[in-house]
Amino acid sequence: MSNKNYTRRGFIRSLSVTALAGLSLPLLSSCSREEREDFLQKHFLEMTEEEKKQVIAKLEQRYFEQYGRKFQISTQEALPEILWGYGLELSRCIGCRKCVYACANENNTSRYTRQVHWIRVLRLKRGNLINLEDSEHYYAPETVPEKGFVYLPVQCQQCQNPPCVKVCPIHATWQEPDGIVAVDYNWCIGCRYCIAACPYKGRVFNWAEPNLPKDEVNPNVHYLGNRPRMKCAVEKCTFCIQRVRQGRYPACVEACPTGSRKFGNLLDPKSEIRYIIERKRVFRLREELNTESKFYYFFES
Amino acid sequence: MGSLQGLLKETWHFYRKTLILVTRGGKIYYAWCFSLLAIIVVGFIFYWKQHEMGLIETNMTDQVSWGLYIANFTYLVGMAAAAVLLVIPSYIYQFKPIKEIVVLGELFAASCMVMAILFVMVDLGRLDRFWHMLPFIGSMNFPASLLAWDVLALNGYLFLNLFIPIYLLVKSYYGKKPNWKFILPFILLSIPWAVGIHTVTAFLYNGLAARPFWNASILAPRFLASAFCSGPAIIIVIFQIIRKVSAIKIEDGALFKVAELIAYAMFLNLFLLGAEIFKEYYSGTVHMASFKYLFEGLHHHNELVPWIWAAMAMNVTAFILFLIPSTRERLSTLNLGCLLIIVGVWIEKGPGFVIPGFVPDPLGEIHEYVPNLVELMVSFGIWALGLLIFTLLMKVAIPIETGEFTHTDYERGVITKKSLDYTASLHKINKQ
Repeated sequence: MSNKNYTRRGFIRSLSVTALAGLSLPLLSSCSREEREDFLQKHFLEMTEEEKKQVIAKLEQRYFEQYGRKFQISTQEALPEILWGYGLELSRCIGCRKCVYACANENNTSRYTRQVHWIRVLRLKRGNLINLEDSEHYYAPETVPEKGFVYLPVQCQQCQNPPCVKVCPIHATWQEPDGIVAVDYNWCIGCRYCIAACPYKGRVFNWAEPNLPKDEVNPNVHYLGNRPRMKCAVEKCTFCIQRVRQGRYPACVEACPTGSRKFGNLLDPKSEIRYIIERKRVFRLREELNTESKFYYFFES
Repeated sequence: MGSLQGLLKETWHFYRKTLILVTRGGKIYYAWCFSLLAIIVVGFIFYWKQHEMGLIETNMTDQVSWGLYIANFTYLVGMAAAAVLLVIPSYIYQFKPIKEIVVLGELFAASCMVMAILFVMVDLGRLDRFWHMLPFIGSMNFPASLLAWDVLALNGYLFLNLFIPIYLLVKSYYGKKPNWKFILPFILLSIPWAVGIHTVTAFLYNGLAARPFWNASILAPRFLASAFCSGPAIIIVIFQIIRKVSAIKIEDGALFKVAELIAYAMFLNLFLLGAEIFKEYYSGTVHMASFKYLFEGLHHHNELVPWIWAAMAMNVTAFILFLIPSTRERLSTLNLGCLLIIVGVWIEKGPGFVIPGFVPDPLGEIHEYVPNLVELMVSFGIWALGLLIFTLLMKVAIPIETGEFTHTDYERGVITKKSLDYTASLHKINKQ
């Protein structure tokens, strides 16, 4: 009896060992140096302070070699008593896309093949706001605003009940205490389930190795935000986590020439965002999906 | 020491005989295996390119972020689930003709499972981080993420579908009757598990409120119904090949019975599809856009339209062929029906199911997706690998089933049964 068991077990074991070795050998040998160095790196939330320091040092060295600049990589945690919220006044937006490019410059997104943007501005015919099927994403007139159209900028809405976090099979994305939905780019396996789950198209993917010209790089970065990223991991707007945790506005808020973009702490009754929610006509995109987004669109009075 | 030596010898005998079985065959067998190998090599070269450059080598985009790989994955999970169709009647009702072939059906399910898992792996952007998904070692988001469920369900099903046939084959190899008390619980478990893998895979899409095309509660039943068409259809074809090239006997009656089951499943499949189409078209809300894209085209984008109508025609024709006893019980029309179902369900449930979920995308953008050469070649490579695995498994399993490849062969040649018993009793005495 024992004889048979051993034969079977031995058979299964040698089969699986052969398969595993066959699969992993070419895989590991094909990886770049960086990929091999990062292979056993822990999830960001599970790192000790010491491990975080080591990872930061490694990244600083790597970025210096790649971009010839000294990077400041922050791992600053969320400040207490803060829940970030965003306001966007649709009646003022002229569709100039200044926010789109300010965001790209601030957040070190890939510039070409494929160009990655965290903000998308939709052009809608007047008389329609909810059904986005007739929206135009690639409008390119000489001047904006155009007669008969309104503009709807969309980015990650930092949902309080985020579908992307729920579906991620490996906890590579989560909600920070200040409400920002963050991604550990080094933990993401690139399954793109979160892209399928997001009702706002808030998540984008680096389909190839992202490219970022040396002279366009922004060296002030956060580990969970705008640090230069790698191929085939997902990324998204973080409300400029590297800025807002240091008391600055997100880049898109600063860049908007019409002042349509507002930002503040939802827990502070005296904040601008609370003023807007209490006094203006606000709405949130896809409220019926119960995502509890923290991105409030509003109109004058 | 003696028993260890015996074990080593027996293992060596098994490997040697297996190697001989696998490497010897007719001209057609060689041609088949080497063409599959060639396709695998080509597929692997294309995958290598994708692995080096990233998923940019495919035609997937932020708009249509899953494509041919996930379409094939969905279809193959259904194929694998179909093994349950053979398990239920053969084990529970002791239905004779099917019982002979159930081991082969389960090995087919295992091969499908390998393909399905490979399709997910080639779709991953970062295969080097695959270990993040492993339970206990990585950080699996269980039970919140349906993808985590799927990892467990699929691997569990793969295990069951390898374990059960291997157990039965090992017993047969030793010329012994299986211990039913031991194996029956596993067999019984594999039945709900088969339903489970396909339900979980359906829920994977079903749970996404952002995608109205998938967010319909009819999805899981529809998945099961279509799986119970395509899986048995391919099994009917495979069993005809097996009985032609080997000594194994598979009666026509068994094939006709399976075909009859397909007819019922296809009726259910068409009915559920009809129910969904009625709801979408009669209520006519904006959620209809994806259906419109699939069946009639949306704003002059109509890539999938000819495909889905071809699939509809194939499925209905096959349903009629399998419904009428005279066409069902004639091998030529039976095989035609099987072929129509295999292709028809693949279109309906593969590209016809995955792509419209992304068109239009949540912000209303319409981006049409057609797989490119890399995706096609990698897909062919995986299919070829699955078929090769199945072929080789059959090459060993069939002689065991028919009694041509057994342990007793070895015993007769080297040591007799008596001497084995003698050494065993010596061991006992020594221990005492």
